[in-house]
Amino acid sequence: MDTLCGGIISEMAIKTEPFILNMGPQHPSTHGVFRMRVTLDGEVVVDVEPVVGYLHRGIEKLAEGRTYTQNIPFTDRLDYLASMTNNLAYVLAVEKLAGIEVPERAEYLRIIMAEMMRISSHLMAVGFFLNDLGAMMTPVLYMWREREKLLDLFEMVCGQRLTYNYMRIGGVSHDIPEEFLPALKRFVVEMPGFIDEYDQLLAQNEIVLARSKGVGVLPEEMAINIAASGPVLRASGVKWDIRRSDPYSIYDRFDFDIPVGSAGDCYDRYWVRVQEMRQSVRILEQAIPQLPEGEVCVKVPHLLRPPAGEVYGRIEAPKGELGFYLVSDNSIAPYRFRIRPPTLINLTALRDMVRGWKVADLIITFGSIDVCLGEIDR
Amino acid sequence: MTVALNGEEIAKRIAEVFPDSGAAGDEVTVVVNSDSLYQVAEFLKNTSGLDFDYLNNLTAVDYLDYFEVVYHLSSLKHNHSLVLKTRCCDREEPVVASVVGLWRAADLQEREVYDLMGITFEGHPNLKRLFLWEGFDGHPLRRDYL
Repeated sequence: MDTLCGGIISEMAIKTEPFILNMGPQHPSTHGVFRMRVTLDGEVVVDVEPVVGYLHRGIEKLAEGRTYTQNIPFTDRLDYLASMTNNLAYVLAVEKLAGIEVPERAEYLRIIMAEMMRISSHLMAVGFFLNDLGAMMTPVLYMWREREKLLDLFEMVCGQRLTYNYMRIGGVSHDIPEEFLPALKRFVVEMPGFIDEYDQLLAQNEIVLARSKGVGVLPEEMAINIAASGPVLRASGVKWDIRRSDPYSIYDRFDFDIPVGSAGDCYDRYWVRVQEMRQSVRILEQAIPQLPEGEVCVKVPHLLRPPAGEVYGRIEAPKGELGFYLVSDNSIAPYRFRIRPPTLINLTALRDMVRGWKVADLIITFGSIDVCLGEIDR
Repeated sequence: MTVALNGEEIAKRIAEVFPDSGAAGDEVTVVVNSDSLYQVAEFLKNTSGLDFDYLNNLTAVDYLDYFEVVYHLSSLKHNHSLVLKTRCCDREEPVVASVVGLWRAADLQEREVYDLMGITFEGHPNLKRLFLWEGFDGHPLRRDYL
């Protein structure tokens, strides 16, 4: 009888006029300043058009007038929930362009920070996904409890809690203080227990399953065609992780699994993120004992002039493939500074994922993509 | 490890099929005429052995004499990659064929290039500004803006 829930508008349903609903830019479920122009038939989504640009700061243009080092803080302001990985993607691209080798200790510190950042970003993604499901603030506070510990660790390292500006071309800005490793080890021991706790509370929760299983499906073929990346791609059943497929830095030294979903629905995207946190803990467990002594940064000229040429550097950021396309004309500033934003491209199929579902399903589908407007708008 | 295919060899293969494409390559890059871009892209996507099913990145660079539209392609099937480029010299009305029909990943990225660089993508289903508002004067990522 009620075929509306199955994603199909029943012919039996009462005919209604299409209605345009403007959601955002100020709306709690849009995770920033994002607007959706939703066409509704009753409560059923007929069409949705994302409208972006409210946070556009012209970072790509600004970067053309600054030196390579001065551009590092800009990268913090892209996906501000994963600043460390943005730093990493950018400095790796510049190092590739200029042919700079990084000391071993710095490589390990970078991996440790990147994996901590992945856990932190996924905690936010999972927490707010449940928020969007209607579990107002309770699950997300559990996640924040652990994220807070990570932020304390980051603060120990670089004095910042959101925009770290920690990576440098040629290494990292500081060595870690002596209290850092004991605190991190404690976190690594505790974290699997906390993830079990989330699983107990959420993974088999009837409401979570009813609301997210089979909702917002992104088929495998479409996921590849829209160049989805990160958990969104893997939830659709594609085993593709740049850390494994095209290893950068020293990821080839660690043993970890790539969690892959099968249905490509909201639940799988949630599940993939939870499993990835476990894998990140595994990488941290391996990296901490291997951390060598030594320098953390090589000497690089303040006014770095990479040889004329271009590079596309990419990493597996928490939200997907974060790429930097840099063109150098052998001057102190990049000639072109292009950021490949994973979440903007993951949004391409939003319309196909939600058409025929209800407004509430639109909210969770959008939440399950895990966007960050700082990165979309740049 | 992703293998970067040799651009020269790919350019030769393209030139055999499309003699008018003006395909030229170096280590990792293939440059083609803007007129034959769509056919070449289709060839790269659908030829078995190449199978470029994934468009990583689409952007454009303003070299003042010409605009260069850059496509970073890769194949998840074979784990290899290639950079495809095309150039348009017309500063007033630069036009390139849209590749949305091949890779929908190009949808928002072409709109972004249109918005910030002012290149029109012919055949795009919904070509309008992405970040800036309709009526904004100019295209800020051009080197001669400001």
